[in-house]
Amino acid sequence: MTDRQKQNIINQLCIVSSWLIALVFFFPIFWMFLTSFKTELQAIAVPPLLFFEPTLENYSLIEERTDYFKFAWNSVITSFGGTLLAMLIAIPSAYAMAFAPGKRTKDILLWMLSTKMLPAVGVLMPIYLICQQLDLLDTKTALVVIYALINLPIIMLILFNYFREIPVEILEASRMDGASTISEITQIVIPLSWGGIASTALLSIVLLWNEAFWAINLTSSDAGTLVALVASFSSPEGLFWAKLSAISTLACAPIVVFGWLTQKQLVQGLTFGAVK
Amino acid sequence: MNQTLARWLQAPSIIMLLLWMIVPLSMTIYFSTIRYHLLYPDRSGFVGLSNYEFFYTDPSFWPSILNTLILVGSVLSITVISGLVIALLIDRPFRARGIVRVLLISPFFIMPTVNALLWKNMIMNPVYGLSAVAAISVGAEPVNWLSEYPLWSIIVMVSWQWTPFAVLIFMTSLQSQDQEQKEAALLDGAGVWSRFYNLTLPHLARPIAIVILIQMIFHLSIFAEIFVTTGGGPGNQSTNLTFLIFAQALQGFDIGVASAGGLFAIILANIVAIFLVRIIGKSLTV
Repeated sequence: MTDRQKQNIINQLCIVSSWLIALVFFFPIFWMFLTSFKTELQAIAVPPLLFFEPTLENYSLIEERTDYFKFAWNSVITSFGGTLLAMLIAIPSAYAMAFAPGKRTKDILLWMLSTKMLPAVGVLMPIYLICQQLDLLDTKTALVVIYALINLPIIMLILFNYFREIPVEILEASRMDGASTISEITQIVIPLSWGGIASTALLSIVLLWNEAFWAINLTSSDAGTLVALVASFSSPEGLFWAKLSAISTLACAPIVVFGWLTQKQLVQGLTFGAVK
Repeated sequence: MNQTLARWLQAPSIIMLLLWMIVPLSMTIYFSTIRYHLLYPDRSGFVGLSNYEFFYTDPSFWPSILNTLILVGSVLSITVISGLVIALLIDRPFRARGIVRVLLISPFFIMPTVNALLWKNMIMNPVYGLSAVAAISVGAEPVNWLSEYPLWSIIVMVSWQWTPFAVLIFMTSLQSQDQEQKEAALLDGAGVWSRFYNLTLPHLARPIAIVILIQMIFHLSIFAEIFVTTGGGPGNQSTNLTFLIFAQALQGFDIGVASAGGLFAIILANIVAIFLVRIIGKSLTV
C-alpha cells in the first residue's frame, strides 16, 4: 500500500467518525423531537419505539394545559427587548469608542467585559431585594433591564470591532458635507455595518432566550419565560414526557436555527474577541 | 468628533454598567456584615465576620467546594479533549461538512432546563430511559444515575452542551492556521504526530487557554441543571457553591450568610477573570 492510499484511508475513517460523533451529539435532540409526536404511553414504552403512528395531540394540547403562549410571549419580549435596549445604549458608545478612541478606551472595554465575569449568584440577593422594593418582581421590565445589562459588554465589543472596519474617510467626507453626529450614525455607520449589527442582535437573542438564572429566580407565573416553564416540569417524574417534549421542541427549534446563523458572532462574542 | 461629544456618547453604557456592578456589589458586602434574616426581621445589627464564619462552618461548605472543583475540572477535561479531537477530525474538506458542523454544535443552543430534563427523562430514567433499556438488553441492572451518581450525571449534561462550544472555537481557530507551513512540513517528511505537536498545538495554545478560562467562569456558576434535576441532592452530593448560596438565600432566607457566600463566589471568579482579561487585552487592538 502506498503512502497516498494510506492517507486516503485515514481520511475516509476520519470522515466516517465525524459523522458518527455528530449523530451521537444530535441524537438527544432528534429523540426529543420524535417523542413530541408520541402519546404519553408510547413515550415511556420499553423498548423505545422508533416507528409509531405520529400524533399531533401534544402540540394541540399545549396551550390548554400550560399557558404556553404566555410564556413564549414573555421569552420573546424579554430576549428581544433586552437586546433592543442594549443595542440602543451600545451603538452610540461603540461608535464613539471606534472613531474617537482615547487613551482609556481599551481599559474601559476590558473593564466592561470583566463585569460579564461577575457571578450572578454573588449579586442575587441585592437584585432580588431591589426588584422587590420597586415592585418589579415577576415583571418583564425587570428581566428586560437585567438582560440588557448582562449582554451589553459583549454587544459593545462586537460592534466596536465591526465599526472599526468602516473606513474613516467615509465619515470624514460626510462631515465635510455638514452631517451631524446623529445622521452620521443613522445614515452611514448603521447602514454600512447592518449585517454585523443584525447578527450581533441575533446572538444576543439566542443567549437571552436560554438565560436561566435570573429567569428562574426573579419570575414566577406572570413574567416567566420558556426556560422557567420547562423548569416547572421538573417535579412530576416523567408523567408528561411527551408533552414536555413538544413544549421543549417548540421552545428550542427557533433558537437552534438562530444559533446556526450566528456561529461567527458566537465565537467572537463568547471568547470576548480573543479568537478570530 | 471632539472628545467631549465622544464622552457623552459613551456615558450611558459606562454609567449603567458601573451601577450594575457597584450597587449590588456594595449591597452584598454590606449585607454580609449584618444580621439579616427574612424570617426574623427584628434581629438586626452589625455582626462583623460572623456570617462568614457561619457560611464557612456550614457542613455543606467543604462538600460544595469539592463538588464545584470536581464539576469544573471534569467538564473542562472532557470538553477540551473531546473538543480538540472532534475539531481535528472535521478539519478536512468533505461533502456535507456543513451538515456535520450544524449537527455538532446544536446542543449548545438548547436551553439549560431542557437539556437537564432531556437527560433526566430520556436517558437517565431508571425505568424507561435509554440507558436502562440498554442495560436490560445486555442483562445488566439498570442504574438510577441521578440518585446514585448525581454529580456525574450533571457533568455529563454540561459536557454534552459545552463540547460543541469547544469544537466551534477550535474549528474556527484551525481555519486560520497557515496551510503552507503544514504542507511544507509534510514535504519535509514530518509525521502526523510531529505536525500536530510542533505546528497545530502551538497554534491552538491560545484558543485552548481561552476555552478553559471562559468555561471556568461559566461552570463556576452552574445552576439550572442542578435546580431542575437533583436539587443539590441526595444530601449535598450535587450541591455546588452557586447552589449552596442560592439555597441559603431563597430557601433558607438568610441573606446575611448568603451574601457572605456570594462574596466568596465573586472572589473565586475574579481569580479566573484576572487571567482571562489579560489574554483578551493582548488581542484587543484599539
